[in-house]
Amino acid sequence: MSTRTVEMALATPGLDERGRPSRLPLSIGQPGDDDMGAEHMLVNIGPQHPATHGVLRLVLELEGETVKRCIPHIGYLHSGFEKLGEYRHYNQIVPLTDRTDYLSPMANNVCLALAAEKLMGIEITERCQVLRVIACEMSRIISHLVWLGTTGIDLGAFTPFLWSFYQRERIYNLQEAWTGARLTTSLTRIGGMMADVPDGWEAGLRDFTATFTRTLDEVDTMFTRNSIWCGRTQGVGVLTAEEAINFSLSGPMLRASGVDYDVRKDRPYLGYETYDFDVPVGEHGDIYDRYRVRLEEMYQSNRILEQALDRLARLKGAPLNTDDHRVILPPKGRAMSDMEAMIHHFKQVMEGIPAPAGEAYLGVENPKGELGYYFVADGTAKPVRWRIRPPSFINLACLPKLCEGALLSDVIAINASVDIVMGEIDR
Amino acid sequence: MTAVAPALSPSVDALRAAFGSAVLRAAVSCGDSIVWVAADRAHEILAWLKNTPGQTFNYLTDVTAVDYRDPDRPLEVSYQLRSLSRKADLRVKIPLDKAQPLAVDSVVDLWRGADWLEREVFDMFGVTFTGHPDLRRILMWDTYAEGHPLRKDFPLRGNFTRAEQTRQALAANPEAHYSMEELSIADAFNELPEDMKRRLLDGQRGELR
Repeated sequence: MSTRTVEMALATPGLDERGRPSRLPLSIGQPGDDDMGAEHMLVNIGPQHPATHGVLRLVLELEGETVKRCIPHIGYLHSGFEKLGEYRHYNQIVPLTDRTDYLSPMANNVCLALAAEKLMGIEITERCQVLRVIACEMSRIISHLVWLGTTGIDLGAFTPFLWSFYQRERIYNLQEAWTGARLTTSLTRIGGMMADVPDGWEAGLRDFTATFTRTLDEVDTMFTRNSIWCGRTQGVGVLTAEEAINFSLSGPMLRASGVDYDVRKDRPYLGYETYDFDVPVGEHGDIYDRYRVRLEEMYQSNRILEQALDRLARLKGAPLNTDDHRVILPPKGRAMSDMEAMIHHFKQVMEGIPAPAGEAYLGVENPKGELGYYFVADGTAKPVRWRIRPPSFINLACLPKLCEGALLSDVIAINASVDIVMGEIDR
Repeated sequence: MTAVAPALSPSVDALRAAFGSAVLRAAVSCGDSIVWVAADRAHEILAWLKNTPGQTFNYLTDVTAVDYRDPDRPLEVSYQLRSLSRKADLRVKIPLDKAQPLAVDSVVDLWRGADWLEREVFDMFGVTFTGHPDLRRILMWDTYAEGHPLRKDFPLRGNFTRAEQTRQALAANPEAHYSMEELSIADAFNELPEDMKRRLLDGQRGELR
């Protein structure tokens, strides 16, 4: 008996005369008893379910079709990144960040480098800043495109998924040309970048920015005034501004509720204060406003990309990496021919870069919300503590509140609107 | 990122005036203001920081903890606060002596966002948050028995051998997939066989047999 699972037990009160599990009757109430509300049902969604956007498991208590309670279970993808980070040099942590929010790896790389540079007090060059802005905004577009496509599918619209993934593919090709990888980019290094953009790459991105917004216009035509889309999203999963702040939400989730907080504007990094862009803010805090905010953010990211490309053209030939030799490796040619440069290279790679004792928290505006990296250093080359402030994790924590009183089908829409990525939630 | 002379947040002086010796010390590191406060008055201080006009730290950016490599150094629970209106940040840290039970008052009543963050600190460091409505493990499973992974006395590969970890995974009790609370939803508990009910009531969920 002990091998029977609860799932079996829920569906099988016993065995029939032939030894097969008998099934529960579909309705348990007395005949003529139409009070369906009396019976509460337990529904388990996930962890292996396409509509949960990853290995998220939700246990729902239903009364009829109304959700009384939602109990999320996470941790199925836990990899112990924060623990691993304590055993690695600062530059060696960069590949771990690829794998947290794997829908926007380049933006995570940038945040890690910025946090480590804040800890070590390193300034980066203007050209590096511009390239990092480009990396962040490209990431924002691909992350939002995944959100747009999969949410469309969750709500029954298939075509925008194909359009958005076609555009996403164009950025992935650029990302691959720049970093050599589509997913595990590991783009940044402390004090600079892993690589400069290849020759002619800017033309590819210009082509993208010139034509990309047409797809957004088409999605706008399909969704924004579509009565099915509006019916499924307007007034569903509502959070007021006070609740959103109280739940520590960030990113589009917070702004859709009418709170004008964008880290790029409020605590600028990478010179974002010098770019001309707007921060869209919703007013109703429902799924529809989250859609409008994310759609508009893609237009704005496109604007930032165009401005960054102009600056990149102006900075042609300018140095990419900082000239601080504590953190930047000597040029490969010198390391191969010059004894001192080789020793320098060897020591830096084998011993890592020591950070002064202290601590630094740095938050950036990632596609999902405010991603923060918090380093505590004790003077060695490995951090005492590397904390990821995961925006999806904190945004998902309000899911039980959002789902309360919603219909079962709305749970799928609400969960999609939070825009989670389990790699970051479970870390 | 420019090297401006780091200045301590004016909130620290206000805290010292209001709470005196409960404010243990303050420092600036990499431009961030940090203030250490006593654990027994931490909730009071955080509520004051949230609600006092002129402070209004209404946004709880993050809750985490730090266990230092030096075993004698206290474990620190760290609250990263932000005032959205004033665009100001403050980090409040609570040192906890590792020889004593690690416990601090929960701030879920102030910020709902602290719910999962405190559960994670409990899971990863074993800090108990008094007054938390639902203090369970969150990233590790309920019956995880190896300890608290982000503590420095927890080895990278875990406390159990790989063979033991595999044995436990294979012998995992499927009853552990639902909590008692969840089983009560569908009244499923009454449908369970007698021996399963008995073991669940004895709190033997996930026990090896």
